[in-house]
Amino acid sequence: MCREPRARGHELRRSEQSAAREIPHHFATPRQAYESGKLGMWIFLATEVLLFGGLFAAYAVYRGNHPEVFVYAHRFLDARLGALNTLILITSSLTMAWAVRSAQLGNRRLLTLLLALTLLGGGAFLGVKIVEYEHKWKHGLLWGEQYRPHHPETAQEHSSAPEIPRETPPGDRTNIPPAAIGPPGLASSTDEERAAHASAKEPRNVHLFFGVYFAMTGLHGLHVIAGLLVIGWVFVRARGGAYGPSNFEPVDRAGLYWHLVDLIWIFLFPLLYLIH
Amino acid sequence: MNGSTAVADNYLSHGRGFRSWFFTLDHKRIGVMYLASIFFFLILGGFFAMLIRTELLTPGRTIMDADTYNQVFTLHGAVMIFLFIIPGIPAAFGNFVLPVMLGAKDVAFPRLNLLSYHLYVVGAIFSVVSILLGAVDTGWTFYTPYSTTTHTSVVSMTLGAFILGFSSIFTGINFIVTIHRMRPPGMSWNRLPLFLWALYSTAIIQVLATPVLGITLLLLIVERLLGIGIFDPALGGDPVLYQHFFWFYSHPAVYIMILPAMGVMSELISVFSRKHIFGYKAIAYSSVAIAVLSFLVWGHHMFTSGQSDLGNMIFSALTFSVAIPSAIKVFNWLATMYKGSIRLDTPMLYALSFLLLFGIGGLTGLFLGALATDVHLHDTYFVVAHFHYTMMGGVLIAFLGAMHYWWPKMFGRMYSEKAGRLAAFLVFVGFNLTFFSQFVMGSQGMPRRYYNYLDRFQPYHVLSTIGAYVLAVAFVVLAGNLIHSLFRGRKAPANPWGSATLEWMCASPPPHDNFAEPPEAGDPYDLEHLVYDESIGGYVPRTAREGA
Amino acid sequence: MSEIRSEREHESREAESLGHIVPLRVLLAVWFALVLLSLATVGAVRVELGSLNLWIALGIAFVKATLVGLYFMHLRYDQPFHAIALVGSLLFVVLFVGLALLDTAHYQHELIPGYAPAVRP
Repeated sequence: MCREPRARGHELRRSEQSAAREIPHHFATPRQAYESGKLGMWIFLATEVLLFGGLFAAYAVYRGNHPEVFVYAHRFLDARLGALNTLILITSSLTMAWAVRSAQLGNRRLLTLLLALTLLGGGAFLGVKIVEYEHKWKHGLLWGEQYRPHHPETAQEHSSAPEIPRETPPGDRTNIPPAAIGPPGLASSTDEERAAHASAKEPRNVHLFFGVYFAMTGLHGLHVIAGLLVIGWVFVRARGGAYGPSNFEPVDRAGLYWHLVDLIWIFLFPLLYLIH
Repeated sequence: MNGSTAVADNYLSHGRGFRSWFFTLDHKRIGVMYLASIFFFLILGGFFAMLIRTELLTPGRTIMDADTYNQVFTLHGAVMIFLFIIPGIPAAFGNFVLPVMLGAKDVAFPRLNLLSYHLYVVGAIFSVVSILLGAVDTGWTFYTPYSTTTHTSVVSMTLGAFILGFSSIFTGINFIVTIHRMRPPGMSWNRLPLFLWALYSTAIIQVLATPVLGITLLLLIVERLLGIGIFDPALGGDPVLYQHFFWFYSHPAVYIMILPAMGVMSELISVFSRKHIFGYKAIAYSSVAIAVLSFLVWGHHMFTSGQSDLGNMIFSALTFSVAIPSAIKVFNWLATMYKGSIRLDTPMLYALSFLLLFGIGGLTGLFLGALATDVHLHDTYFVVAHFHYTMMGGVLIAFLGAMHYWWPKMFGRMYSEKAGRLAAFLVFVGFNLTFFSQFVMGSQGMPRRYYNYLDRFQPYHVLSTIGAYVLAVAFVVLAGNLIHSLFRGRKAPANPWGSATLEWMCASPPPHDNFAEPPEAGDPYDLEHLVYDESIGGYVPRTAREGA
Repeated sequence: MSEIRSEREHESREAESLGHIVPLRVLLAVWFALVLLSLATVGAVRVELGSLNLWIALGIAFVKATLVGLYFMHLRYDQPFHAIALVGSLLFVVLFVGLALLDTAHYQHELIPGYAPAVRP
């Protein structure tokens, strides 16, 4: 929505005054305050990258060393829901970036609308996640010792459920030798166990996939919630007219955080859902 | 700009009462609160150390049983590392000094700074609670699968460490942005005091490495509470992976500890040799080099863990590289002292101790970095001695030196030089008594973390325990001296030591806002332009003196 | 459209504002590209290319991430240090993942099959 230049200029003066009032005393100029805030946010984002990086390392180590587990188990995930979530997040990133632009242009109505849409997108993402988690819970597709899959239901209820693979994964794709004696451990099944599972083709330690899956999507989900809380707060303030061309930094910072959440999902989606 | 005594209204008198301190935004007050808290936990950790050393006076039971002993050494390590040494110099002195050294009014994000402190307090509470709720007996490294199955209160302690990690991260963010954006006119990167180069490099490590500790502890907690199975071999998990995770942070963490200490060293050696620092750029760039290289060597803690041969070889080779920038610094400090006019004031005694003790610590690290020797030395007292020589002989000594150096600035009081020197001497003697024998017994096979030991090791343990008690006496003298100075010490001039960095250009203690105008930033090591003024007992700019 | 008029006015006003304002058409174009790339990622799974599939998926993800970073997150218009911070952190992740993967892969053959005694403290 376009404002009259005069009106906008007036708004500029008003928010500039409030901006001048708001610059903390230890900064010399508004530019110093602005650039410091932005730099600080970027370094915080770098720490988040490292936080998730650890989980990506766990993923890489387990997938690299037990690929058959991942090939088998990822089929329990619904790639359509994952793709839907990807599109939702991408769109909410658009609305967020657009919201920042609106704040910079002093367009309060558009700003609040776009922030609301972003919140809706994040909420929808969480909704889809809840649907997915519920599905896992109902079918016992959890981590560690909680992994007790109810195969019959799974085959019936979801068309995207694991089609039992036609051919056995080639023996040389896994580096897990047959076990000699003793309890199950890091190494995989004995010949007898393999034969017993031959029809189901379920490899050992499938729960490892779900441990990684829940850790990664769980931590990501927590960050989505945190992002929604921050954007929610920004939304409330935006409705009260707190933001304008001279005071849009909080919107910008919230936006950066939200884009990072989107970035992480951009990598999570193919790695978890689209394993070939 | 003068050497006058403390002004009436300074940051200490600006506002009274608990709330004015606990909810302050003044970086100086935050620094002082950190100093008090950190020193408290140093004493607590030291108390656990005294328990350890007393128990080890005799093989078998001396004052406690084996399970309690496991808890005591774990707590000693955890408290010392997470509550003393990692926050250490950056929190206690960096917070106070950094903005003033930049001629700024505060750090970039004062509220984030306060949050850092509050998180420190919360993390400390969690750790203390865990001590009271059954403590932890896993060793400070929390190796799985023992840490995921033991019945001690691991979750509380690791949650505490997780929160402390965020305290560290936020401090790092604050320091990086402050140094980037709030330097005064005239202070280019090449005019930055070396202490700030050190804090900057430390902050880089803080922001990059600590999140990995965060995810490690988080995974440990969910493994323990929910049985996720990532580290449990009975479920197909990988305990060596835990070690990769843990050491990816914990090795750079030791450089979080030592880099600020080295920064302090650069200041002390220059000022107390009355000489411009030698090799400014070499020292500055080696700080950054250490920060980067520190990330490449974590596997040297895992040589005997089951890490692959290839991994072992790579990490061993890289470990040798990280010694180089440290050595460069040592040579530059020595060159600074050469033909300098050396004053053996208390801070300088600590600086000289550092040179010797960190030198020994660093060199013994090379023994441990070589695969062939490490196989024999891993998990022996040799390792214990190595890291105490670097962390205690290095970082703690520098911490004490920093405390004695900046004490007059922070509190406006001079302490007794005699008592200060006595304490420094006792620290040096006590430290070497405690830890040198540990190198010997370690190389002869005495394992670390062992409650019981063979009789032939007893003489070494007795010597070590005697040293520990000497250290305790040293700390009593040290603390007594400093506390006494708060009440009876001579009022400190603005610049008692004759340093050219900006924090000495304002009064001692500084006023609430540090500087009304950012001062002119020159060469921070140009000591020529300062002369000693008898009448005030401190240094003043040459022109002021001649003009007067 | 009023948005376009305001855009021109504000591109001239850029010097006044503290931050660069990303043109709306750029935002929409990036969004469209992201959607296309997401669909491409899903489609690429259908094509059987063995181990290359993983790298293709990661490559597309990397392109998407770059678009989000450059335009939504303003890296294109900001001072370079922000991009350095992001890329730097990614490099350290790669370092960690790489060495951990290298090491774990190389000791798999040393694992004793079927041997994992439960820990009983």
